[in-house]
This record gives sequence, C-alpha cells and structure tokens, in this order.
Amino acid sequence: MRAVPQQAEESQARQDVRPLTGNEAIARGAWEAGVRVAAAYPGTPSTEILESLAEYPAEDVHAQWSTNEKVALDVAIGASFAGARALAAMKHVGLNVAADAFMSQAYIGANGGLVLAVCDDPGIHSSQNEQDSRIFGQLAGVPVLEPSDAQEALDLTRLAFEISERFDTMVIVRGTTRLSHTRSPVAVGERSAPPARGFVEDPGKNVMIPAHARRRHVAVVEREAKLKAYLETAPINRWETGAANFGVITAGTCYPYVREVLPNASVLKLGASWPLPEALIKRYCESVERLFVVEELEPVIEREVRALGFRAEGKEFFPRVGEFSPEIVRAGFEKAGVLAPRAHKRAWTPEPLARPPVLCAGCPHTSSFMAVRASGARVAGDIGCYTLACLDPLRGLDTTVSMGSSIGNAIGIWRGGETRPVLATIGDSTFLHAGIPGLIDAVYNQANITVLILDNHVTAMTGGQDHPGTGKTLRGEESPRVDYEALARAVGVKWVRTVDSYDLAAMYQNLREAIAHRGVSVLISNRPCVLDPVKIKGPALAVDNEQCNACQSCMNLGCPALTWGDDTFEARHKVKIDGSLCIGCTLCAQVCSVDCIKPAAKVNS
Amino acid sequence: MSGPKTSRSSLEGEKNRPAAAAAAAREPMNVLIVGVGGQGVIMVSKALAWLAQSKGFEVKQSEVHGMAKRGGSVFSHVRFGAQVFSPTIPQGEADILVALEWAEGLRWLPYLKAESGIFICDTKRIVPPFACLNRRPGAPLRYSRETPAEVKAHVAEGYAVDATAMAERLGNERAANVVLIGALSSALEFSAAEWEKAISAFVPKKTVAVNLEAFRLGRAWIDEARTESPQAEASPEPRLPGAEAPVQVRLEITRAWCKSCDICVKVCPERCLRLDAERIAELTDPAKCTGCRLCEFLCPDFAIRVHREASPERDGARA
Ligand SMILES: Cc1ncc(C[n+]2csc(CCOP(=O)(O)OP(=O)(O)O)c2C)c(N)n1
Ligand code: SF4
Ligand code: SF4
Repeated sequence: MRAVPQQAEESQARQDVRPLTGNEAIARGAWEAGVRVAAAYPGTPSTEILESLAEYPAEDVHAQWSTNEKVALDVAIGASFAGARALAAMKHVGLNVAADAFMSQAYIGANGGLVLAVCDDPGIHSSQNEQDSRIFGQLAGVPVLEPSDAQEALDLTRLAFEISERFDTMVIVRGTTRLSHTRSPVAVGERSAPPARGFVEDPGKNVMIPAHARRRHVAVVEREAKLKAYLETAPINRWETGAANFGVITAGTCYPYVREVLPNASVLKLGASWPLPEALIKRYCESVERLFVVEELEPVIEREVRALGFRAEGKEFFPRVGEFSPEIVRAGFEKAGVLAPRAHKRAWTPEPLARPPVLCAGCPHTSSFMAVRASGARVAGDIGCYTLACLDPLRGLDTTVSMGSSIGNAIGIWRGGETRPVLATIGDSTFLHAGIPGLIDAVYNQANITVLILDNHVTAMTGGQDHPGTGKTLRGEESPRVDYEALARAVGVKWVRTVDSYDLAAMYQNLREAIAHRGVSVLISNRPCVLDPVKIKGPALAVDNEQCNACQSCMNLGCPALTWGDDTFEARHKVKIDGSLCIGCTLCAQVCSVDCIKPAAKVNS
Repeated sequence: MSGPKTSRSSLEGEKNRPAAAAAAAREPMNVLIVGVGGQGVIMVSKALAWLAQSKGFEVKQSEVHGMAKRGGSVFSHVRFGAQVFSPTIPQGEADILVALEWAEGLRWLPYLKAESGIFICDTKRIVPPFACLNRRPGAPLRYSRETPAEVKAHVAEGYAVDATAMAERLGNERAANVVLIGALSSALEFSAAEWEKAISAFVPKKTVAVNLEAFRLGRAWIDEARTESPQAEASPEPRLPGAEAPVQVRLEITRAWCKSCDICVKVCPERCLRLDAERIAELTDPAKCTGCRLCEFLCPDFAIRVHREASPERDGARA
C-alpha cells in the first residue's frame, strides 16, 4: 500500500507536509529514527506499519513478515542486542502471543533502541476482543506512549527510540484503530541514524537465569522511577489551561474527541499513559474543582489518579467498552452536568439493511465449508476469512477462540466425549502462526481428528500478506515455500492429501475419507484467494431463468454474486447472477439441481 | 429513464454551488462517503482529502479497514477546515453524504445535518446474501423499500442518481464512484480543474480518460438537476421482487419405501431432513421446508412427496 500516489508526494515535497495514516506515520518515525530491523505479523489495524516501512530503501531497513508475533518480537530483540535500532509491530492480541518474550525483555532492557508498536482495536472492528494494551506496559514496567494523531505518531515513535536507549528499556507506542486508519497532515523530517552500537557482552543483563533476573527486577523498579521523573517535565505531557471549574485528563485518540466537544476546557493531555508523572498530576488535580478522566477501555489512568488520593470521575460517564466518538464523549459530559444537553432532533431513520462481511464471490473457502457442512462433523474453527463461514447460510463452524486454537480445541472436543467426528479448520497463515504445535500434539497424543488446512496461498483476512507458505517475503523476494504435505508427514500424520477447492465432488469425497481414517488425518484444500495477491476474474456465469426452479441449492453457498431475480417459481424466488461480481468459479453450477447455471455467453445466446 | 444528457459546459459552471463550503474556513466541512466493500469508497475520500489538503486546509480522513472489505458496509469520514479535532463526524453533522449504494445511503441518513445536509446517492442496489435468507414461499426480499422520492422528502437537499448506469454507458461500470465525485464536486468550492487533477492522481493510470469523462458527466448531471425542478429528475424506481400468495407445504414420507440412503438429507438446501433412530428420513423442522421438491426429485425410491396447499395463516407470508 502506498502512502500517497507519487504525484501527490512530489507536489507537496516543498513544504514536506504529507497526508499520512497513523500507521504510515509510525513507519516514517521509525525510519527517521534510523530503525535498522523491523518485524511483524499482520493484524488489523497494525498491518500497514510494516507494509509502509518496506517502501523505504532496503539498505536503510530490513523489514520482514515473521511467522507470528513472538518471532517478530524476538527478531527485534535480537537486533537490539546487536546494537541496532529495532521495531516490532502487532495488533493488541498479537502481544498475547509475544507476551513471554515481552515480559523477559522488560528485565533485559535495550541496547539498540527497541520499540514495540501495538495497535488496539476498541470497538472490535476486526478482532476477537478489545483488550487494553496499556496494562501490559504497567505489568512489565515498560513505558507506553500514546499518539493522538498521525503527527504525534511520527514524533512519539522517534522519541520512543531515544527513550529506549536513554533509559535502557523497550518502549511501547500504543495506537488504536482510529489512529492507525486516520489520515492527517504530517510534517516529515530526515533520517538520522545513530552509529551502530555493536553487541555488548553482559550476561548479568542479557541472560535471564534466576540469579540475574532477581537483580534485573530491581533495575526495572528503579528504571520506572527514573522514567517518572523524566515525564514530570517532558513536553509530551501537555497542560492546556482553561477555566478552573473542571479539568480533563486524557491521552491518545480520546484527546481530539475531548477537544471537539470542549474546545476551551482545561486539559492535561498525557503523551505517555504509563508511567504517570505524579507531581504533575497532583498539581493539575489541585488546579481544578472537578476532575474527569477520559480514556477508552480500561480505567488505567483513572485508577492511578485515585490512588494518588484525588476524586477522579471517569468510567461512570464514559463507557469501559467500545470505541469512543465525539457523541459518546459529549453524552458523558452532558450526563456529568458539565455540558448542557443538546436538543435531539430525531432524524428520519429507515430500518437499516443487515450487511455483515461475507466471503467473496468465488472464495475457495466456500466449497471447503460446503463439504464440512455435509460431513456432519463438529467443527473447531480458527481465525481468518473462513471464520465468516460461521454465518448463514454456510453455518460451517462451531467454535473460534484465537489464532491456532482450532487443532488443540479439536483434540479437547474429541477427548471431551463428542460423539460426532471432530474437525479442525485452519487457514494456511494461521497454521504456520500457531497451528503446527497443535498438530504435533494431536499426533503425539493419538487423537482421532481431521485437520482441514485451507490453503489459499495468502494471509487474506488482513489484506493479502505473504507468509512462509507463499514463497515470497515482505519485499517480494523469492524464498522457499513450506510444503504442508511433507510437514504433516514429518510430524507423523499418516493420512495426508491435497484437493482442489473448486472440485466440489472431490472435496466431499476426500473429506469423507479423511474423517473415516482413524487417527490424525490432514486434508489440504488448495486454491488461491480471489482477491490477493492477484484479483482473479474469469468469465461470469448466468442463470437460465426459464429453467431455474428456485430450489435455492446455490443460495446455500452464500456467494454475494447470487441474488434473487424478479421472477418466482412456486412462490420461491428464482436466482440471478451479478455478472460484475461473479468470477466464474462454477461452484454454483456444481450444486445446481437442474443444470441451469452456465457461462453467460451460452445462456444469453 | 431520466439519464442526464452529457454536457460539456460543466467545466465552467462555477455558479450555483451550495454555500455549504463557504463555512469551511470557520467550522470544519464534514463529508461522509459510504458504500459497500470494493466499490471505491476509500478512493473517493482520498481524492477529496488530498484536494482539500492541497488547498491548505487541515484534513482528517478516517475509515476502518479489515472485515469491512469483504462485502460489508464501508464508510469514510472526511473533515477539513482551519482546524479539525475529531477524525469522525458526529451524528447529525455531515454537510454532505455521498453514497455509492442505495441501502448504504439510507443507513447513514442520521449523520446528515437536518436543516442543510446534502444527500447524493447512487440508486445502485447491491443485495447481500443476507437479504435472501428467508426462502419460504411468498417471503419477500429483505432490502430497503424506501423510494428516492420518499428519501428526498426527508432531507434538505437530495439527489438520487443512477451513476452505475451512467458509468456503464461510458463502458466502465467501475467509474460509477467518479460520477458521484462529479456530483459531489458541485457542492464544494474546488474548481473542476483541481478535481480532475486529484482524480487523475488516484485512479489507475489506464482509466484516467474514462474517469475524467465520468467526472464531467456527474457534475453536469447534478448542475442540471439543481436548476430543474426537483421532480423533473426522478430516477428509475428500483423494482423489488415481490411475494406471491402464501402456500402451505407438507412433506409426505412413505416410511416403508425409504432405504436409508440419506441422499435427501444431503441435498436439502434448508438442512431440515435427517435420518431418525430407525434410519428413516424425517423432517426436523417443518417451518424451514420451502417445498423446493429437491428431495422429491432425487429420492431413488419415490419415498418423498411434496404437497403445496393454499394457506391463509402461514406467518411470514402476509408481507
Ligand atoms: C494473535 C493474532 N494475530 C493476528 C491476528 C489478525 N489476523 C486475523 S486472521 C489472520 C490471518 C488469516 O490468514 P489465514 O489463516 O491464511 O486465513 P485467510 O484469511 O487467508 O482465509 C490474521 C493475521 C489475530 N486475529 N490474532
Ligand atoms: S479475501 Fe480471499 S480468502 Fe478472503 S473471502 Fe475473499 S476470496 Fe476468500
Ligand atoms: S460461479 Fe457461481 S458461485 Fe462462483 S462466483 Fe460466480 S455466481 Fe458465485
């Protein structure tokens, strides 16, 4: 993805103010700070950080997709050991995967500046939960910087590298979906890479055996005190004066909402939401009669302010769940009696149409889940585009927990006494991310389950990123492809087969055989995603309206190119195909009971 | 069809712009662009944001990617002015709502300013699979039934334009979003030449020519619509598949003839058949059976017959 088209970039080069998203600005900030190594696993909303870093020269920065977030963080930690400035980027739940390395690294500290960009997803636009990553900072004693717009995303990322080296700590730059995906003007600077520091041999600091770790824990506590002292006067914590009747402490993307509804109020805007500058907060609290804390998700700042002995009002007015908006912040201040309620003029609101995301027309997962449904199995699902198969009409999976959980869940479901055949369905990227240990576990513990690997040759859900199974790196260089069949055999799976996802009969038949096999069987359904890396569009099919008996067989695919036409048969709607959406996968023709779906050219002639 | 005549004069037609933009210097101008994944909502908002920034405004453009891409509803907030705080437009504060799809336009109506908001909407209907879930005989399609005339009566200034048909006539259906940019351009104070520069920067190189044509067409269309009386530019009323007389469906299963092959269970599109304890076909949920006759056709032993009888009281069929 490009930041802005080339032309646009050139015309604005003079003033060097560019419209960047928060993610692009974080990448820019890292590049300007002289980052040498960057690694990530894709995850909405963080994905574009690495994608835009990969647009800077390869001589400046090595940018890579890692197999999962833990590996990504380990790579960045390694680079920091080697004395290079390093960045790892991930979505909030990615930090759960990387948490083990994260917690130990907090003790070790940083040689080369080490920055962890974590993007939270308040409102759960595209995630499995909405946890608050700031608490990880608290837990580990690692500072958390919170940009409120793209300009700050750049500035705070640069600053994060300096803080990291100065205080010997990893630094979190915490964003949210709104920051990541909002474009606003950013004044960019030049790259100023500090000289490489080289590896520093210091086992007492770098090797976490108990004796060393005990001492390092002391260092963490001392470091936190030093950071607090620094943040007392650091300009990133900004006191914006206003009337004394009330004041607001806020941070990150909540700040613009507060300013939107209270343009002139007294505000203490924190650039770092952890650790907190206690003296500054004390002085601020004493300067106002009433104190509000406005923060999305958990009351992290509010609790700290209360612990300092001040009466802070927050979560009773501003919800602990979901994403904020100017409306929500206004409603909170209205409820608190600070703003006069606005007369609500109820707009004319037609009943909205339900339009959840669906699998694309021709998505290869469609046929996999047609077969899964026909198999009558209990299905442990996983995370990816195929999770959408849980909705009508496919309704093909029973559970989804977290990336890679499907296989372990399937083992447990089977051990737990499920009488139906048990199936795990897992995407290629997810399988590599965290599915392999589960598969080994299944073989080792002699489970009787079937694993269906949905190989669409890409990480589709997050926008089509490469992974070790695609044969390409982030920068598009060729690299070895993982051979799933060989991998499954190597860990001891006896029944392994690959099948073309667009051959429905073969899908049904092979899945049936896989399930019949006693022990672990692995079936790989194989077809590229129709959206990424290249858009696939074959000649469209059409329905012969005369012959269609409106049986609705094809409507079970949930293909968005299939809708009801104007005619009916026995009071049921006949089907028509939107030729602009149809990619010609033929799945609907394969399930048509009267063979009336054919190439559009034939039907129309 | 009241397709607008292609007019070349729009390039100079700077008269007639709604005053909405004039206020942008003081209060941010709020433009909400909505549609369905894949229609080009983001491209439209990027072009607008870029243009506004090139004129020295502070611009915030906010959207949410991810799940929304897969055919879900997509929206992008563009705000510009001397100073802009919130990246999102508060409800009821959009100056202009541009919708690339009919039902999506309706969804976001509450965001439009009640007294002065301008509504520009493609009459294109993208009917999601979810609208076709109730398959019982006589059940209606679940798509918005409001007509352009009805919607126009409820907004300060409304335009329903068949942008997709216009783009199709230019030979590229995908240029429909740029037709809408043309219509939008008429409500803002940037010059046509500036818009064309922005469009050229954001559409694929090979399609610049057709997109510029689409832009001029959209701009000419709305200039014309704004000078003519509102009724004159009625758009084609989308016709929705209706419902037929309700019927009662009854399955007759002859147990003695069923040989437990389970073909009917596998083919039933509604998944309402199964083999019972004695492995004989049985209907699990009569309410789900649509009477499609697939089981009747495909049972090798004629063990299933479908009866359809007129029924006044079957629910869901009255609509
Ligand atoms: C721990 C974690 N990291 C990242 C994500 C974001 N994410 C959701 S689905 C997905 C990948 C899906 O790829 P794949 O398994 O190949 O399925 P596809 O979408 O291609 O069908 C990712 C990275 C997540 N939800 N959780
Ligand atoms: S993006 Fe690819 S994998 Fe995802 S729904 Fe579309 S075709 Fe399927
Ligand atoms: S061939 Fe059928 S199932 Fe495949 S994309 Fe076209 S309409 Fe959809």
